[in-house]
Amino acid sequence: MIWYWRVFCGITQREFLRFIQQRSRFLSALVRPLLWLIVFAAGFRAVLGVSIMPPYGTYITYQVYIAPGLVAMILLFNAMQSALSMVYDREMGSMKLLLTSPAPRSFLLISKLVATALVALPQVYGFLLIALWVEVDPPLIGYLAVLPACLLVALMLGAIGLLISSFIKQLENFAGVMNFVIFPMFFLSSALYPLWKMQEAGPLLYTICAYNPFTYGVELIRFSLYGELSLSNLVIVTGLTLVFTLLATLSFDPQRGQKPKR
Amino acid sequence: MSDKPLYLATSQLSYRYGAKQALHNLDYQIVKGQFNALLGANGAGKSTLFSLLAGLLKPQQGQIICYLNGKPSQLKRPSREYLAQLGVVFQQSTLDPDLSVGQNLLYHAALQGMAPKAAQRSIQVELERLQLFDRLNDPVRTLNGGHKRRVEIARALVHQPQFLMLDEPTVGLDLDTRQQLTAYLHERCQTQGLTVLWTTHLIEEIALEDPVLILHQGQAQHAGTCANLLAQTGANDLKQLLQRTASNSAQEPKL
Repeated sequence: MIWYWRVFCGITQREFLRFIQQRSRFLSALVRPLLWLIVFAAGFRAVLGVSIMPPYGTYITYQVYIAPGLVAMILLFNAMQSALSMVYDREMGSMKLLLTSPAPRSFLLISKLVATALVALPQVYGFLLIALWVEVDPPLIGYLAVLPACLLVALMLGAIGLLISSFIKQLENFAGVMNFVIFPMFFLSSALYPLWKMQEAGPLLYTICAYNPFTYGVELIRFSLYGELSLSNLVIVTGLTLVFTLLATLSFDPQRGQKPKR
Repeated sequence: MSDKPLYLATSQLSYRYGAKQALHNLDYQIVKGQFNALLGANGAGKSTLFSLLAGLLKPQQGQIICYLNGKPSQLKRPSREYLAQLGVVFQQSTLDPDLSVGQNLLYHAALQGMAPKAAQRSIQVELERLQLFDRLNDPVRTLNGGHKRRVEIARALVHQPQFLMLDEPTVGLDLDTRQQLTAYLHERCQTQGLTVLWTTHLIEEIALEDPVLILHQGQAQHAGTCANLLAQTGANDLKQLLQRTASNSAQEPKL
């Protein structure tokens, strides 16, 4: 058991060291959601009113509404960044080093997923700290309750990223992921607008949002941030995390994208 | 069949990438405690054989047999025991340029399940042997090509493996550095019984007593110690032997 713990610690430590070395990554991880919160949400708060809805007990500003969605956005970009680095490592050959470890391949991949999820947490708390400035001030218990929720959502998104990276042959193709995965996933969810608003917009949009895993992640974070447990979202996110992790580990092929030398 | 103890052997090993046959019915023996050289031109199948022996590819046909404790056992999938005794240096650098030399080596030691204190001791010993301990805290991106290669060799030996595989590790290095690296590994073979598989297309890196396999188009062309091969074929040196192998192949009718 201690042997596996050492391997896990090594992988996690490396992810944190890389994160610390890449300071611009931390800055961009914070700037992106803060722009949405401070610029976009401030501009739209007069247009987009949010009526009383759980978990909020009263009328809320638009900034308060989109804060959980922006937390999930941080987790989404972090997961896709990790998936990108997997494709990069595979193309550059560094992945081979990981795979010559005596630890089982599935253990190595899951350790990498957990390590990536852990790296996202300081980014989330950095964002929530700055969000206090625009009166996004959930109860203290919410800061604690959101931790396991964020970890679980980060794992689910990381597994989706790993699954996507398994099907990408070359690094250049990853730009397509931005257009066809990240943006639809974010916009077609409850991150920016409540689902009932989507229902008003049209049944198709609502159905897409309702089947988007990201929606359940956002809602799990939203309820947790206000100290409430949303059992249905928890069950769905846990189930999706298990399914995507299983699919990602089964479809992982370290040789993908590597052509024989001539 | 070699009369010396073996570390690994392949029997009728084949591998293809789609229509391209990379290895074809290869019988090969890696002698324990020796500097085994795998020679061949680009595209001969060296890297494919390397990936198969490192467990990165699964054999499509044939067998890989390991003599880890003296007894032969077929490697269908690389066992934890086999991988724990394996050190690998890949052709492309796999060091993380953003991390320091020490952090790179500690990461590798952790992947091998080593305790941090034991890892730090071993890292110091390996870096001192390669005269790089003073660069422990330097970021890898500040090292030159030769130093990076030495760090990779130190990393591959941190967990004290019995078997070290190196895939064209001297590509892009100057002659002095290449000679230093081969001399260092020959010494490790002699003094510590390390088994080395050195993949190269640079013949001057091979000593007369080294077991050699010359691969050509995925097939074994010549096998034996370098001295025996020269005696058997009447070639003046390995360069001439390689040239003959290539020209004989060019004269074969294409099917």
